[in-house]
Amino acid sequence: MIYSAKLMDHFSNPRNVGELADANGVGEVGNAKCGDIMKIYLKIDHDIITDVKFKTFGCGAAVATSSMATELIKGKSVREALQLTNKAVVEALDGLPPVKIHCSVLAEEAVRAAIADYLVKQGENPEDYGIKTSACGGSCSCCDHCG
Amino acid sequence: MFVYADNAATTHIDPDVVKAMMPALGELYGNPSTIYSKGREAREALDKAREQVAKAINCRPQEIYFTSCGTESDNWAIRGITKHYAAKKGKHIISTNIEHHAVLETLKAMEKEGYEVTFLPVNEEGFITAQQVEDAIRPDTVLITVMTANNEIGSIQPIEEIAKVAKEHNVFFHTDAVQAVGHIPVDVQKMGVDLLSLSGHKFHAPKGVGALYVRRGVLPDNLMNGGGQERSRRPGTENMAGILAIGAAIEKATANLERDMAYVASLRDRLIDGIVKAIPHCKVNTPSHDRLPGTVNVSIKYIEGESMLLLLDMNGICATSGSACASGDLDPSHVLLAIGLPHEIAHGSVRFSFCTENTMEEVEYILEVLPKIAQRLREMSPLWENVKNQETL
Repeated sequence: MIYSAKLMDHFSNPRNVGELADANGVGEVGNAKCGDIMKIYLKIDHDIITDVKFKTFGCGAAVATSSMATELIKGKSVREALQLTNKAVVEALDGLPPVKIHCSVLAEEAVRAAIADYLVKQGENPEDYGIKTSACGGSCSCCDHCG
Repeated sequence: MFVYADNAATTHIDPDVVKAMMPALGELYGNPSTIYSKGREAREALDKAREQVAKAINCRPQEIYFTSCGTESDNWAIRGITKHYAAKKGKHIISTNIEHHAVLETLKAMEKEGYEVTFLPVNEEGFITAQQVEDAIRPDTVLITVMTANNEIGSIQPIEEIAKVAKEHNVFFHTDAVQAVGHIPVDVQKMGVDLLSLSGHKFHAPKGVGALYVRRGVLPDNLMNGGGQERSRRPGTENMAGILAIGAAIEKATANLERDMAYVASLRDRLIDGIVKAIPHCKVNTPSHDRLPGTVNVSIKYIEGESMLLLLDMNGICATSGSACASGDLDPSHVLLAIGLPHEIAHGSVRFSFCTENTMEEVEYILEVLPKIAQRLREMSPLWENVKNQETL
C-alpha cells in the first residue's frame, strides 16, 4: 500500500489541526473500535465557514482526509460545503489506496455532522438541507464503504 | 539515524552468510542428484548445510528437510500428518488462537474440508498451558500444533510440557518455531516435538529457504509429488544458494546464543522501561516472563498504530503495528485481541524487534523519538482530549 506525496504532505503537515473554542458547529463520526474517529469544529458566520479545525484518531489516510476536507470547505457557504463528496477529497489527495476509501467517507460525514449540529443550533432542520441524520451510526458495519 | 527494529519481520542478511552462499551462484552449479564430480560437489555442500541445521537443533541430518519457507514447512507438517494419519486416528486438531497465519489459515481451510480444530485461548499474557491441551485431547485427535514463540508479543509456550502430554496420549506434536530458532535455545530432543518448522530469513539468511524437522519414523504425506530430492519427501531441485545460506546462518546464530540473548534482552528491557517511564497511558503487551529476548510490543493508548509507523519511518525507524490499518484488515491483530485487548487499544500497538546488530544507541534514539510522536498524535486525537478533560476534572 502506497500513499501519494500529497497525502503524505497532509499527514505530516496537517492543516487546521486543533479545537475551536467559539465553534458553533461540532461533529464527530467513527468510533475507536474501528480505529478512526474524526471530530470537526466549524465557526460559521452569516452562512460562511470562517474557520474550521479538526481532531482525528486514526491512520495516515484518516489524518490526511480530515486535513484536506477542512481545506476544501474553508471559506465556503453551508450549502457549498454540503456539496463536498468523499470523491472530491480522494481526488484532491491524488488518490487513496482502496482499503482507505472509508477514511474519505468519514471525512465527508464529519463535515456533514458538524454542519447538522450548526443547523440544529440555528433552529433549522438538517433534513431540509439534505442531511440524513442517521449518516454514520458509529458502527462500521452499517456503512458499505467499510466493507 | 536509521534504525532497523523489525527483525521479527525479517533480518539483514549477514555478510558471512552471503559469502557462504556465493559458491552456489558460481562454480557450484551442479545438480546434487547427479553422479559426476560436479554434482557430487554440490551434494557434499548440501549435506554439510543439512548437518549444520541438524546440529543447531540437535537432531540427525536425515531428519531435516529443506523447504522454501516457514509457511511451506507449517503447511507440510499440518497437512501431511493429518492426511497420513486421519484415517487411523481421526480428524481433530488442537492449536491456539495466537498462531501465525501460516498455521491459522491452514487450519481454517481444513475446517471447511471436514477437520475439526480446537483453538485454545491464551491468557492475558499470551500463554496456554499443557493442562489446556490435555483437556482438549479426544480419541480422534490426530495433531497438536502450537507455536514455540509468538511473532507479535514474544510469548514462549511450554513446549516441553505439551510434548509430554502429546506423547502420553499418542498424538503427533508440531511446533512452528520460526520466531524461536536462532534466538533462543531450540533442542528438538529436549522439547520432545515430532515436527518443527523454521525459516532462514528470521536469522540472517535470505528469504526463500526454510526447513522442517521430522522425527524419524513420523511420516507426513508429501505436499508435492516429483523426483527423489529430500529422500523423495520434498521433491524439487534444491535451492542450493538458500540452503548453503541457512546452514551458515544457523551455525552463526547459535554459536554464542547465551551471550547474544543476554545482549538483545538488555536492549528490550531498556526500551520497555524507557517507554513506560516516558509515555503515560501505555500497556506493555509483551509478557514479563518466558518471552523472546528481542521483542517489544506496547500499546500507546488514544493513538493509532499506522500513524505512529509513518512518523517513525520519517525519523528513520522501522517498526510494525498490529492495528487494522497497518495490516490492511478490518480488525486489529488476532494476537492482541486474544490477550484481551479491546480493539481501540490494539489499534495503538507498536512492535519493535531487535537482534544482535542493534545497539543501545539505537534504543536511546527510539526513546528520544517515540514520546514526541506519541505526544504529537495525542494532541491530534479526540480520544486524548477526553482523557485530558477527565484528568483536569
